[in-house]
Amino acid sequence: MSPAHLELRDLSVWYGSKKALDEVSFSVPRHHVLGIVGPANSGKSSLLKTINRTLEFIDHARTEGTVLLDGENVRDIPNVYSLRRRIGMVFPLPVGLPLSIYDNVAYAPRRMGIHHKPQLDALVENCLRDAVLWDEVKDRLDLLGTKLSGGQQQRLTLARALSLEPEILCLDEFSIAIDPVTTMKIEEVLMRLKERMTIILVTNLTQQARRMADAVAFINASQLVEWGPTEQLFNQPAKELTGRYLNGEFG
Amino acid sequence: MSSANPFIPSAYELDKEKRAQLARWSTLAVTVALLIPVALILTLIALKAQPALSWEYLTGDVSRSGAAGGIWGPLMGTFYLTLLCLAIVAPIGILAGVYIHEYAPDNAFTRAIMVAVTSLAGVPSIVHALFGLGAFVATLGMPKGLLTAAMTLSVMTLPVIITSTREALSSVPKNFREACWNLGASRWQTIRTIVLPNSFGGILTGVILVIARAAGETAPIMFMGAVMWLRIAPAGPERLMPYGLNDEFMALSNHLNLISKDIPGMPEEMKFGSALVLLSLILFINGIASLVRLRLRRRKRW
Repeated sequence: MSPAHLELRDLSVWYGSKKALDEVSFSVPRHHVLGIVGPANSGKSSLLKTINRTLEFIDHARTEGTVLLDGENVRDIPNVYSLRRRIGMVFPLPVGLPLSIYDNVAYAPRRMGIHHKPQLDALVENCLRDAVLWDEVKDRLDLLGTKLSGGQQQRLTLARALSLEPEILCLDEFSIAIDPVTTMKIEEVLMRLKERMTIILVTNLTQQARRMADAVAFINASQLVEWGPTEQLFNQPAKELTGRYLNGEFG
Repeated sequence: MSSANPFIPSAYELDKEKRAQLARWSTLAVTVALLIPVALILTLIALKAQPALSWEYLTGDVSRSGAAGGIWGPLMGTFYLTLLCLAIVAPIGILAGVYIHEYAPDNAFTRAIMVAVTSLAGVPSIVHALFGLGAFVATLGMPKGLLTAAMTLSVMTLPVIITSTREALSSVPKNFREACWNLGASRWQTIRTIVLPNSFGGILTGVILVIARAAGETAPIMFMGAVMWLRIAPAGPERLMPYGLNDEFMALSNHLNLISKDIPGMPEEMKFGSALVLLSLILFINGIASLVRLRLRRRKRW
């Protein structure tokens, strides 16, 4: 088996005295798509936040266990900003920053000190092309990102997440606030991006996970119920609960 | 024919409509009533001040204890006092507001700070005056004058600016910050590039409120070196900057206070003249605040 790109070992998350994630372990090989499915409030988003350590911004939150990125404990990475640049994040609600479309995509590169205009121009174009937004906005890059439609803003969010060429791309229910056509567009983009990065896809659409993921992890009530290759989970789940959830019997 | 016409209002609906109208008109009446004292005060002051008003009144020296001449000295005093107060309180208040809203963890210490800020806002200005006297003059041994008066006003207006800064910052959605953090921006980069540019209007409103408050206060400054009369240089740069940092000074609010009650035989138009100038100054500044807010609201970015 190829060495894991991302590995979780007994990862727990606490908010005050409330346990949001209970000793979850799994690993993802490079260039794989891992689907994480499970009902709302089961700890999926908390899991993503421990990977790039943005959980540290939440008062009273703490973690136990380890997250290994290329074998390195993320907690030991001295420059937390460099860690966050290696991991792209896309959240459920599209967030266009109150900046122009161009500045939205150039935001992260600028924060790490890239100000060379031709370099930024090329980068912005590439990312917007990757996120299939370029053709719709190429003539109005100075328009406010917040004025775009929801579906466009979500692709802008994706373009922004790609601006640092992350090695892992995490998407947290990216399709709940956008239309089906945009969803399909982004899914196609993700299948192409898989050549370049590892993808963690949190979703509550089990069929989306089935279409896209190489492996699926099912999390319920803070615990990892089951984790394995996609078709195996859908066809012969080891646990009854998994089968019932994936068949839409609860959740 | 059991069904009555469903479009005829029932007794209950008629009554409901009556109460709705009553609520609407009574709230309107109270609002209109609010305008009456404002209009009356302004008209009365303007009418009574009218004989005194002239360019010479604004730029002339105070003479015969304010019974003649102009108000140049107090006007300059209020101007520099306000400017100095702003120079002290704006950076401190804005930075404190940014810390409390953007950095401070949710714990007992932060809550204690907020209680302190709220309490400070409730302290009467005369108590601030005594505090200034005790802290800056008696304890630190600073002279009574423009600087210590401005420092006293700064302590007094600090909660205004902290509170309005916090409110302005909280109007910027949290998910903007999270988006930036996820892109590897530091807290400070996020504040500098996204949060502050988009809360500028609200912060500025707080700053302008401070100006109006500092220009109008009397109690704190009359303990801290505001005096009835000083000789002002008749010409030259000292005409425009009549007071040093440690000098005693004249100020409009104090001037108005003294000529209104301490000097017998004061002509009416002199009292109302300085009242009108002080009031116009504050209204003018508030007007700027409203304009700025309006402009910023129009270019709302999300």
